Amino acid sequence: MPLISIRNITKKYHTFDSDWHRFLEAITNGRIRRRHEHWILKGISLDAEAGESIGIIGYNGAGKSTLLKIVLGVSTPDTGSVEINGRVAGLLELGVGFHPEFTGRENAVISCQLLGLAPEEIPPLVEEIKEFSELGEYFDEPMRTYSTGMAMRLAFSSSTVVRPEILVVDEALAVGDAYFQHKSMARIRRFREAGTTLFLVSHDPTAIKNLCDRAIILEDGVMIRDGRPDEVLDYYQAMVNRRKKDEEIRQFQGDGVVTTRSGDARMEISAIQVLDMDGKPGRVFKTGETARIRQTITCNDPDVRPNVGIMIRDRLGNHIYGTNTHLKKVAIHDRFEVGTQFHVDFDVQLLLGGGSYNVSVAVVDDALHSSHLDWIDQAVVFQVMPDGVPDFAGLTPLPASLSYGLGPGTVEEPERQAASQMSDKVAAGD
Amino acid sequence: MSAVFAKVPFAAPLWQYRAFIWSAATREMRLQSMNSVLGWLWPVLNAVALILLYMTLFVEVLKSRLPGSDDSMSYAIYLCIGIINWTYFSNTILRSLNIFGENAMLLKKAGFPKITLPVVVVISQGVQFAIMMAVFAALLIVTGRIPGWALLGMIPLLIIQQTIAISLGILLGTLNVFFRDVGQAVGIILTFWFWLTPIVYPMSILSPAVASFVTTWNPLTRIIVGYHDITLNNTMPDMTNFIGHIVLALVLSGLAYFCFKRLYSAVQDYL
Repeated sequence: MPLISIRNITKKYHTFDSDWHRFLEAITNGRIRRRHEHWILKGISLDAEAGESIGIIGYNGAGKSTLLKIVLGVSTPDTGSVEINGRVAGLLELGVGFHPEFTGRENAVISCQLLGLAPEEIPPLVEEIKEFSELGEYFDEPMRTYSTGMAMRLAFSSSTVVRPEILVVDEALAVGDAYFQHKSMARIRRFREAGTTLFLVSHDPTAIKNLCDRAIILEDGVMIRDGRPDEVLDYYQAMVNRRKKDEEIRQFQGDGVVTTRSGDARMEISAIQVLDMDGKPGRVFKTGETARIRQTITCNDPDVRPNVGIMIRDRLGNHIYGTNTHLKKVAIHDRFEVGTQFHVDFDVQLLLGGGSYNVSVAVVDDALHSSHLDWIDQAVVFQVMPDGVPDFAGLTPLPASLSYGLGPGTVEEPERQAASQMSDKVAAGD
Repeated sequence: MSAVFAKVPFAAPLWQYRAFIWSAATREMRLQSMNSVLGWLWPVLNAVALILLYMTLFVEVLKSRLPGSDDSMSYAIYLCIGIINWTYFSNTILRSLNIFGENAMLLKKAGFPKITLPVVVVISQGVQFAIMMAVFAALLIVTGRIPGWALLGMIPLLIIQQTIAISLGILLGTLNVFFRDVGQAVGIILTFWFWLTPIVYPMSILSPAVASFVTTWNPLTRIIVGYHDITLNNTMPDMTNFIGHIVLALVLSGLAYFCFKRLYSAVQDYL
């Protein structure tokens, strides 16, 4: 018997011209109809076994959250059946039911109570929450004194203190600092190993790849793909590319990052593309792959000598790498007529860890650096998946090798140095 | 244990979530007692102040007497028992009105049994009621006016009264999600209801026509009169007078349940 069995469920949201209509229809059980219908889910069927973890991807408004809510039981489908044989816990929002005046401990207790735990079960769990959240003395301070990160840590620790049979997680898994993020991921992974079925909605392909053994795509309330995560993610990638193909610059502004644009427009960036080495548009790269960042620039002033540049930043805004035609000593000194388009390609080998990165692009006056012609911050976002390289810590997989030997290592021995250089050469020759 | 629960409606989820119910019911009082020196004493002090005020005002200053009574304190007792019970009744209704709005986040984002919410209202108001009653009873003991076993007669009356209150509360609270007007109207209606109930005045001052109207159409009249008989005359209420009330309470709770079940899905999408 599957743990979750969803059969052909549909969900419509209704809008009404007046609340009176809404009431009339609800009280007559729909015999009187006054609604305008919006379909959210159009017949979804899904079985999940214990221990399966399912990633759900799709555009905004595809019905992902609604599906999660139905599994969690806080929304009811209009037709179809949902059968759930286990306790469901949700991480749709962290810290529901918390009050800022209560201490961390009191809020942890409230959270346990909301899980339906008996009074005698709660005290040992609260100690566990204290330990996991690592709040120390703050645990007994009112929550209003907490930083956002601390509040999130408490919330995550509390809502996951008991392993549920089914765990429903929406997007914001990014809890607290990187260390705690890792810790919470590890806890979810442990749940999974112990047999928890996981539902994860995310826009982050890395998270789905890391945590899920099955992925589905929802589009417009229909499940259009169900399979292994890598296959499904590839398909999704293709979908995204197809959809974004001809949208030029505006396409890059809908990625959930705020794009700011400045400049006097004597030269104008008319398109930005991220291409893979086959010349096809791509948004997801593996660590070590090369991406081509292409800017197409329109000349509005023939006398300008442009300096074209890029800056890659990580999700937190750290500068990872930046360069421009001036630094690369590629002088673009052609005289372009007004209206001429030309393009500049930056081929960058992405020696980067998994995550989301954004690129800012700019054209400035080569003679006068402070004069922006066109400058677009966070113009385009791409993802890197840590694939094909061994796991590592930090931002970038620097080429590194290691060896070990008996006794304390010595540095003065010339033979040894020569030997290690030799081995480097051999490695490079591979 | 579970075999018993299987038969009583809602017993299983209510028992499982007992810790949550109690903590939610006392949440407001706990918040109020925070950072205050006297903390939990404040609700008690409030009750003492109110009852002492009635006592001194009506006994000492206005020298009000119930018609046909020699006891100088009888009117104050009459007034107190009426007001304490009315407050429990009307506050239960008023607090139920926003039950969904106040708990919207919980209902939307956390899966937990909805049936706990009205129970939380009854219990949180019940705690306030218990404090008032305790202070009031202490005063009756001190002044040697505590009635005997008849006091137990309050229990069935309270059950009927609160079943009516919470059923009305759920009904009106559900409607209030769709029509905010309901909340406004209830405030006005409760004011009229208060004055149509013999709480401040004795029944004997009403003309026979008004008295019979109030007794027939206002279910609270007999209940409040019952409390008066218990506290002032030490007589048990005659439950045969309350058969109509029991029917009303059952019909109302059935209606509330039906309405809640029908409308809840719409409420959920509306929140």
